[in-house]
Amino acid sequence: MIDEELINNLKKIALQVRRDILEMTTQAGSGHPGGSLSAADIMVTLYFHKMRHNPKKPNWLDRDRFVLSKGHACPALYACLARSGYFSIKKLKTLRKLGSCLQGHPESHRCPGIEASTGPLGQGLSFANGIALAGKLDNKDYKVYVMLGDGECDEGNIWEAAMLAAHYKLDNLTAILDHNRLQIDGFNKDVMNIEPINEKFEAFGWNVIVIDGHNFEHVINALDDADKIKNKPTIIIANTIKSKGISFMENQAEWHGKALDKKQLKQALKELV
Amino acid sequence: MAEMKATRDGYGEALIELGKDKRIVVLDADLAESTRSIKFKEKYPERFFDVGIAEQNLVATAAGLAASGKIPFASSFAVFITGRAYGQVRLNAGISHLNIKLVGSHAGLLTGEDGASHQSLEDISLMRGIPKMIVIQPCDFIEAKKATIAISKYKGPVYLRLGRTKLPIITKKNYQFKIGKGVVLKDGKDITIIATGSLVHIALEAANELKKQKISARVINIHTIKPIDKNLIIKAAKETKAIVTAEDHNIRGGLGSAVSEILSENHPIKIKCIGINDQFGESGKPDELYKKYGLTKENIIKTAKQLIKR
Repeated sequence: MIDEELINNLKKIALQVRRDILEMTTQAGSGHPGGSLSAADIMVTLYFHKMRHNPKKPNWLDRDRFVLSKGHACPALYACLARSGYFSIKKLKTLRKLGSCLQGHPESHRCPGIEASTGPLGQGLSFANGIALAGKLDNKDYKVYVMLGDGECDEGNIWEAAMLAAHYKLDNLTAILDHNRLQIDGFNKDVMNIEPINEKFEAFGWNVIVIDGHNFEHVINALDDADKIKNKPTIIIANTIKSKGISFMENQAEWHGKALDKKQLKQALKELV
Repeated sequence: MAEMKATRDGYGEALIELGKDKRIVVLDADLAESTRSIKFKEKYPERFFDVGIAEQNLVATAAGLAASGKIPFASSFAVFITGRAYGQVRLNAGISHLNIKLVGSHAGLLTGEDGASHQSLEDISLMRGIPKMIVIQPCDFIEAKKATIAISKYKGPVYLRLGRTKLPIITKKNYQFKIGKGVVLKDGKDITIIATGSLVHIALEAANELKKQKISARVINIHTIKPIDKNLIIKAAKETKAIVTAEDHNIRGGLGSAVSEILSENHPIKIKCIGINDQFGESGKPDELYKKYGLTKENIIKTAKQLIKR
């Protein structure tokens, strides 16, 4: 049984992170709110509950690592990092602006807490594998978390990496698939069907857990269950809703890469209380 | 007759030495035997990772290792590591400037019978276009070995271009390899031949022949194509009447372009670029291909004489 206080606290932070996502993308006039909102609850659970990390020591060798392979969802990552204390909350307003460390897609060398530069899809899982291999070589007990998009699974590099993680028995790696079912041109099933995605990963030698990605109890339990699996990597297939939390944005492909205008933002923020 | 060995063998041998450093890891994409990374695998199997025939995976996995403090050498054929994994190279070695050593063997027409699809003639151009990428092509076995050791000590992304076939060893054992420093192999005052990789020994042969014809040719080995030894090239431009460049690569984007950029901005003099003239190769024996595409002593001599006469 999971502590109710913990869940209430995570819910509160997730609301704040959602407000941050919308405010910073509107301020920037562009960005990717849809996939940020679908991934937010999982990322909040990682940064504010699951991961061993220290914002004051972003390069701590024993830290757990999080790689955002679907790099366009960086507003959610930036909000989690700022709210954790990696940098000031004020910085969120500089998203996508000239000279900001918060680039349109994440760049690891510009900003503390960002493990990998991502954006061009399909590469983050390989990158996370590299960190996991290094952890094994160095006998470190850190865990590597990597978040994938479902549209991203169209990329061949994902499957190259999926084979590698199983081949090298990377049980220190947990992937989370933000399965919101939408990509830029529409629903996955219409653009490029990826189903049955759980069976695909199973066939590739992974431990697969399917959850509701907006149910904190599910997310926490799945992350804990992944720790118990030895000799194979785990993927948590998190069924999510694109633009989760904003009634007029949910489940619409158009909010993949478009920011709200000021009027829409005002309306959206009313739903995040 | 000089001893013959391939540059890829120099790479393999250097890896064995480098393996003493626990930070060194080696990755390959099912070509370990061909790239000679197998030498490292035999000695340090726990730090060798085959990623399968998956070059994108090769480079991005190496990036994760580099971000974790390792010094990864990722090897494959030149055409694959620069071409099939270009996006992974650009993001991780380029934008993130991670400490990844990309090693492309079987570069150029020297690859021979495998044909155009496997003869990388654009890789220098691709890698040279990535900001802050170091691009190195050794001219023989010893230089390849020393270059491999030198790049392991440099912190940042490097592309090392190697060849399949044996080449005469012209480098002395006590030679000091310095990234970015061209090497004057032969002094001369009439013309300068600037060569890289497999064309260096051919350039030397051409210079010896020219000497018999009373033409004094300077020969410079440019092993580091980026950052190129600007001062040495400008000096040669000032002290000799013309420059010939020679490379086993497309002259568009390769050494010829790199030298032309320096000359045109600093000291324009006559230049002629010998290399593959904006076309693909084909199957054949390396020496047959070199003859057909003009990568020969005779062509360098002819070109040098034409330039001086003009």
